[in-house]
Parts: sequence; structure tokens; C-alpha cells
Amino acid sequence: MTRIQRRLAATTRAWLVACLALLLPFAAAAQQGGLEIDIVGGNAQALPIAVVPMPYQGGATPPDTDIARVIREDLSRSGQFRGLPEQDMIERPTRGGEVNYATWRALKQDFLVVGRVVDAGGGAYRVEYELFDVAKQERLLGIAMTGRANAMRDVAHQIADAIYEKILGVRGAFWTRIAYVTSTGTGDATRYALMVADADGHNPQVVVRSTEPLMSPDWSPDGRRLAYVSFEHNNNSAIYIQDLGTGARERVASFRGINSSPAFSPDGTKLALTLSRSGSPEIYVMDLASKALTQLTSQMGIDTEPVWAADGRSIYFTSDRGGRPQVYQVPASGGSATRVTFQGSYNASPTVSYDGTRIAVAQGSGNVYRIALLDRSLGTPRWSTLSPGSLDESPSFAPNASMVLYAGREGSRGVLYAVSADGRVRQRLVLADGNVREPAWGPYRER
Amino acid sequence: MNTPTRVLLTALLCTAAVACSKKVKEEAPPATPTTPTTTQPATTPGAYGPEDLDTDACLRQRTIYFDFDQESLRPEFQAAMACHAKYLRDRPSARITLEGHADERGSRDYNLGLGERRGNAVSSALQANGGSAGQQTVTSYGEERPTCTASNEDCWAKNRRVEITYTAR
Repeated sequence: MTRIQRRLAATTRAWLVACLALLLPFAAAAQQGGLEIDIVGGNAQALPIAVVPMPYQGGATPPDTDIARVIREDLSRSGQFRGLPEQDMIERPTRGGEVNYATWRALKQDFLVVGRVVDAGGGAYRVEYELFDVAKQERLLGIAMTGRANAMRDVAHQIADAIYEKILGVRGAFWTRIAYVTSTGTGDATRYALMVADADGHNPQVVVRSTEPLMSPDWSPDGRRLAYVSFEHNNNSAIYIQDLGTGARERVASFRGINSSPAFSPDGTKLALTLSRSGSPEIYVMDLASKALTQLTSQMGIDTEPVWAADGRSIYFTSDRGGRPQVYQVPASGGSATRVTFQGSYNASPTVSYDGTRIAVAQGSGNVYRIALLDRSLGTPRWSTLSPGSLDESPSFAPNASMVLYAGREGSRGVLYAVSADGRVRQRLVLADGNVREPAWGPYRER
Repeated sequence: MNTPTRVLLTALLCTAAVACSKKVKEEAPPATPTTPTTTQPATTPGAYGPEDLDTDACLRQRTIYFDFDQESLRPEFQAAMACHAKYLRDRPSARITLEGHADERGSRDYNLGLGERRGNAVSSALQANGGSAGQQTVTSYGEERPTCTASNEDCWAKNRRVEITYTAR
């Protein structure tokens, strides 16, 4: 309790305090249980890395956040690294001069991260850290980052991003946010909430609360707005765009029939969406400045779940024009659609990697629905299964495509999982009361 | 025979036919005559009145169930289609909402489409029985409003449904 209270006390924003009642269960669960990391299969290819605890060496109150632990958990759940457990660290250097390479070679570590936290003045902290290549006995990074007490998790995620990028040459996506929908209660007493949290499930915040269903959150490319579906208007689906900073929102689509599946274009000027105003669900593109609509599909079946290719030139979507739901691709300016998925009788909810080579879907077979990955980077399309559940859905790629977030079940309860794109490391994310679903991984954040 | 009389006669014959076919399909209906008493002077004999929504066994059937991934109407719901369509004909001011739902399996957004298909199927059946499209609004909640939350066929069957709601009697 005291940690939570201190953390909340450090926050001055009134709206966060207003959300206290809902935040407490989330925060308490996250603090108590920790986030479960579940190594699914062999992890031989993961790089061993030791992230040594970074003690506070200042003269005031130490920060609540265990920075080294956040970094270690970030790197481990990516599937690319294997963090050395803290109890195995027989030495605890805090700066380069204290590093004894032989120790870390003996512990079979490829990389070593050491650091310390000092006062930065005005109640802020400075985290000074260094990354070493153990075999080469070479310092790869030496950086200091400053932040206030309530931003220490943000600082830790950014350090993990820098380490990830330095070693792998790919930008890290740990300092990002996710959006998702929760529901509690049953029947008419069901309450829905649209939430935003850190990518590891910490710091959950309520964006919208409703007595009517909420669906399909999608991030604007700058991370400042969310598009989503709510049933609060005339008991029908409608699409809203809400500013996360100001809370201001606009209803952009409330036509007769279905208004669903909003998806911002990569440049943020357009919104792909599903409307059934013509009689059956079709894919449209809305120009957000003029609200002008362009209809991309036109046939009798269900066309829905549009997602943009990263170059903004085409749109993937789900269609049952061939009898059963499959993923298709259509030029964003209009034209004929081509089928993308051929294996499996049910492929829906596509999410596309930033480079367009991989598509993750919810793949159904009988009563079993799992997250499957279609890799098209090697010529012949190759499928792999990413999730072991029976009712898994709503996959969403991290902006660097290293992980996929999805919704699964634990008993009858909806929970979120993050799985590495190779399927080897899986983590259960949000430990909230009620059902959690429809995760959407947000874009990179800029400092 | 002048035109108004012929129309009236045809209407009465239709009504009788519908009423008969309904009786055949229902199993042992409690002997409650659907003919309203003189409380509603505007209604003709044999026509439904608002109170029938609470008392008439056929009209009280407001939930239509569907098979997995299907939107075709099962034969057992034809009688319900006939009586709700007749109600809409008898009461031109009546309005209904057809709320389509799906079970939890598969994509949520796709299921929104599936729920709408089911709502449209019920609407088509009502229109085929003479109900006016202008009296009906179809809306879909997909899998977002389950009546049953366990993950088994029993629950799924209960959730694959269209709920008929009278927004104006």
C-alpha cells in the first residue's frame, strides 16, 4: 500500500486522483503479483545479459522504481535476451571501473549493464548507466538520463530501448503504450472502460468509461489520439476520435448500420473504417479534414477490420467473400482486392509488421482460435503459431514487430498476453479485475 | 363488389390464414383468444392490440436463435415471424429494433457483421410476412452483449440470437 500511495502522492494531476478507485485494484495487482513471464519453449538463441541492480547514491528519498529490474524484464520478455536472475549476481558493480570481466565470463554472460541513481536537483533523479560487451571487454554505451520520481519507469524503458537497439540494431519498443478495453459485471450491469497503460501493463489509466460496449481502439501515429467504437449514441455503433491529452472527442461516423474498425493511416490524415450503410459491411477511407468518404469494397459479404500497410498505399482487411473469413489486400486508392491468406479455414483480425513482411491473424479451426503468424520475407509464405490458447484473438504488433500483443482467456476471464514474434517467450500482461481484451500497441514515443 | 370491401375481405382472409397456421405450429396454446375486447375502438376484430405483446404467447417470443456461423432462420421461428409481422401490419405506429448478436468465437469486428446479418434475416422474414421495413431498425452488438458467459456450446447457442424490442407499441 505505501508504495502505491507514495506513487500516487507524487502525481499532481487531478484527473488521475479522480480515477483512484479504479486504479488501485490494477496497481495493487501489478505490484503484488508482478508480471508473469512464461518461457514457452527453448530459448537457446536468446542473448544472456546481466543487468546489475542500480543503487541510489543520493542523499534524499530513493525512487520507488527498481530500474535494473524493469530493464531486465523488458529485455527478457522480448525473447531476444535472457536476463541473469538477480540472485546469481555474485558481484554488484555500479560503474565501469568496478567491472571484473572474468566474473561475467564465468557466468556465461554476453552483455553487462551497470549503473547508479543520483540526485539531479529539484527532486529529480539522474540514472547513469553503462553497457559492456563481456567477450570484447568493451564499453558499448555510457549514458545519463534524468527524470522525476514518477517517470522512473519511463526512464528504465528508454534505457532498455537503447540497449536493445545498440546490440540488435533494431529500435526498441519498450517505452510505448498500449490501449485496451475492459468489462466488469454481467448483463445490464456490465460496465466498460477504454484504458491506456505502459507496454508492460503498468500505470493503467481510464480514457473512457461507459455502460454501453466499447470496441476497437486504434492509435493515431503521433500517439496523441485514440479512435474507437462506442454504442452510447442511439444504441448503435459509432466511431469516435479522442484526444488523450485534453479528453476532447469527436464523433466521426454514426451512419445507419455498423460503424466499426477505425484505423488511422500512417500519415494520420485518413481513417479506414467499416460501414454497412449500403446494406453490408464495406471498407471505406475517410479524409479526416473534410470527412469525405471513399468506398473501397463493394460486394455482398462481410468486409471489415481494415489495417494499413506501413507505406499507406494498401489496406489489408477481413472478408468472407470466398465463403469463410480470410485476409485480403486492396490498394488504398481503390481497385480490386487480392487474397492474402490461404492456409486455414478462418483467418481474421490482421495486424501487419512495420516492414510489411509479416502478418499476424486470429486463426480459427473448429472451436479453437489461436494467433498465427504469416511470414512472407522468404519468398514462400511460412506459417507459425504464436499462441497456445483456445479463444485467442485481436493480435497487435509492437511498432518494431519484435512482439505481438493479443487477448486470450484464463478460465472464463479475458487477459492480455505479449508474445515474442518467434513465439518462444510469452508474458501475461494486465492483472485487472474483469475481462481485458482488444489490445492495440501504440506507436514509438518521442521525448 | 367495390374495391374497399374487396381489400378488407382479403385482409381478413390473410389474417385468418396466418392465425390458423400459427395455431397449427404452436403446441397446446392456452385457450386465450387473441381478439381484443372493446377497449381499443380503432382495432378491427382479429387485429392485435398493444396488450397482446404482454399476453399473446407468440408475440411474447422475442428472441430468435441461430445455428453457428449461420443467419438462416430455423423453421421453428416461422410462427414468431408471422405473428410479429401481423402485429406490425395491425399497428402501423408500432416500431421495433432487431438487435443481432453472435457468440464469442472468432473476430469481434467480424461478429459485428454476423450479428447484423442475423438482424437483416429477421427483418427480411418479417417483410416477407407483410411487416413494413419502415417500422424496423436493425442494429448489431456482435459478441459484445452476451446473455451467457461460459465458453461452451450451450452458452454459445443462447448468445447467437436476434432480440426483438418494441420501441413503440
